[in-house]
Amino acid sequence: MKEHSMHRNKVIRLGITYFILILMTLIVLYPLAWTVGASFNPGNSLVSTTLIPKNPTFAHYIALTQTTATFHYFSWFWNSIKISIATMVLSVIFVSMTAYAFSRFHFVGRKNGLTMFLLLQMIPQFSALIAIFVLAQMLGLVNSHLLLILIYTGGQIPMSTYLMKGYFDSIPQDLDESARIDGASNTRIFLQILMPLARPMVAVVAMNGFTGPLGDFAISSVILRDPKAYTLPIGLYNLITEKMGASYTTFAAGAILISVPVAIVFLMLQRNFVTGLTEGGTKG
Amino acid sequence: MEQKVSIKGQRKHAKTAALLSIIPGVGQLYNRQVIKGLFFLIVTVLYFYGFSGLFNMGFWGLITLGTEVPRDNSVFLLAEGLIAVLVLAIGILFYYLNIRDAYKNGEQRDMGLTVPSFKASFSNMIHRDYPYLMVSPGVFLLIFSVIFPILFSFALAFTNYNLYHMAPAHLADWVGFKTFADIFTVDIWRSTFFSVLGWTVIWTLVASTLSIVLGIFFAVLVHQKDLRFKKFWRIILVLPWAVPGFVTILVFAAMFNDSFGAINTSILSFFGIKAIPWLTEANWTKIALLTIQGWLGFPYIFVVTTGVLQSIPEDLYEAALMDGASAWQKFRSITLPFILMQMTPIIITQYTFNFNNFNIIYLFNGGGPAMPNSTAGGTDILVSWIYKLTLKSNQYALAAALTILLSVFVIAIALWQFRRSHSFKED
Repeated sequence: MKEHSMHRNKVIRLGITYFILILMTLIVLYPLAWTVGASFNPGNSLVSTTLIPKNPTFAHYIALTQTTATFHYFSWFWNSIKISIATMVLSVIFVSMTAYAFSRFHFVGRKNGLTMFLLLQMIPQFSALIAIFVLAQMLGLVNSHLLLILIYTGGQIPMSTYLMKGYFDSIPQDLDESARIDGASNTRIFLQILMPLARPMVAVVAMNGFTGPLGDFAISSVILRDPKAYTLPIGLYNLITEKMGASYTTFAAGAILISVPVAIVFLMLQRNFVTGLTEGGTKG
Repeated sequence: MEQKVSIKGQRKHAKTAALLSIIPGVGQLYNRQVIKGLFFLIVTVLYFYGFSGLFNMGFWGLITLGTEVPRDNSVFLLAEGLIAVLVLAIGILFYYLNIRDAYKNGEQRDMGLTVPSFKASFSNMIHRDYPYLMVSPGVFLLIFSVIFPILFSFALAFTNYNLYHMAPAHLADWVGFKTFADIFTVDIWRSTFFSVLGWTVIWTLVASTLSIVLGIFFAVLVHQKDLRFKKFWRIILVLPWAVPGFVTILVFAAMFNDSFGAINTSILSFFGIKAIPWLTEANWTKIALLTIQGWLGFPYIFVVTTGVLQSIPEDLYEAALMDGASAWQKFRSITLPFILMQMTPIIITQYTFNFNNFNIIYLFNGGGPAMPNSTAGGTDILVSWIYKLTLKSNQYALAAALTILLSVFVIAIALWQFRRSHSFKED
């Protein structure tokens, strides 16, 4: 009798679980499916859009290649990817160098440096927005991608250095010591012992370095004024606000074209940075 | 006797060298480090030759912010002045290091040791100063791309720089705390500030808590041992995080559109509910924003919680099973405390993230709908309001003052949290 009721409880519990998960799957997939649907729908407006298009068309994807005075989809795409990858690479280099020094060496100014990093990590980079706006205009650095990359990289340093230093700290010093006895130099220990062991955290730093610039609107919209120099967030935002909803289907095609590769890479690399997040982020 | 002499003599070279290096390089020459001494001398000469103009102009400009239109541009002068301050600070640091170097090498001589040659001290630098070498590129970038702009923004808050005090026709002046006083005394500023701050706090608390609760809930749900297709559910639940956030927000902006959005035309009409003014009525916009942020934010918590769940020791549950604990009791007294304890830093990050979550507010509805008698939109949080003040209405000083208030607010909360977590204690 008891076994029977336990079995029934289990069925009910799993039943409810599956129901909730299926419902959530619909909620998660609906906006994504809707975007895919819109991108294949004929016409410009969304009024007649259906989830599964009756007459699917590639017209909107082809429209992405046709540039106008204010529409340069593939320039935006390339700008976004270029800026994000440059920021990612530079952040990983600068962050791991700084974190290595902070984790393994005791030098004058170390404690003050760490406190400065801690403080800077709390001040939102947004605080610099006004200065960036005023100065970029005066120095004629408007539309400069290099400036943007340097600002993004600088913004990544405090927080990521803290995470990375924490991760380096958790790697036993004995490893360095025995390598040093074998005659390895500091740089060699850094590159061949610590960096490979810190791979999960390197992945986290790299992901932040890539997704931060990719999604940034505030700072990039302040610096980039020429439509050709835009990144995707600014370009796509202007596309749908300027034409009063008349170009949503083109937007949908553009959104799919960037989201699909990013999501695939994200899911493939997920395992790497999840380890870093759970090991580094939760210890605090 | 002999002892005394050596002690007396011990500091002689060190002191003389340190004293002589008041002019950088001379102390090193005294220590017979010719190349190093000459190098220091040349650097000093170049420093003063190269930056004397900057110091002259910079400090004059920093104090006066210009005296004549159209010759002077206050903002330029302010920027130049701050750069002069930074260059001076770096100069003072090197000056200190120079004296210390002369003193240390003099000490070596006092102890009867030979002073390292240039070549030796160069290789010495590579070894002993290795950490500085590693830190300097990052710190240098940080100073010019983060610290300088932040200092500049903060300085602007104490000027009256706005549309009416702009170059080339006008100059700006230092006004002290007047802008801060205005925020709290001028009626329209005060009411806008407090309504924006109020919504910022509600937004931060509700949006973050929603994401956290949903994330933990689904992690526990999928973690059930007898659930099937775990991999599939996990991929689905991570998707909102995998797709770039700005894309999803813009998609939602279209879906929530009052007249043609799918939420109104497909879903609500399917259930026979009248169209809801999502983008034109502030309260509905707020509900939409919170829902969307829940959708966007939960996967991150879900992923981390899943990792934490897998690290809970199994014997804890076995003990509970022996005591005949129910599933809910197990969750309440084992799982949840474990998750919360492990994830405090990440949970706090959620709150600071949403406090500064400019993208969703601005991209979804531009902080709108517009409100009567207010310079901010109905759903503007502090950061999006500052953005608009800067870009749309050229209220730079006001925006800068708000930036300081915002930073103080964030730092106060973050410090309070960091004092409790142990990464601060460790260092």
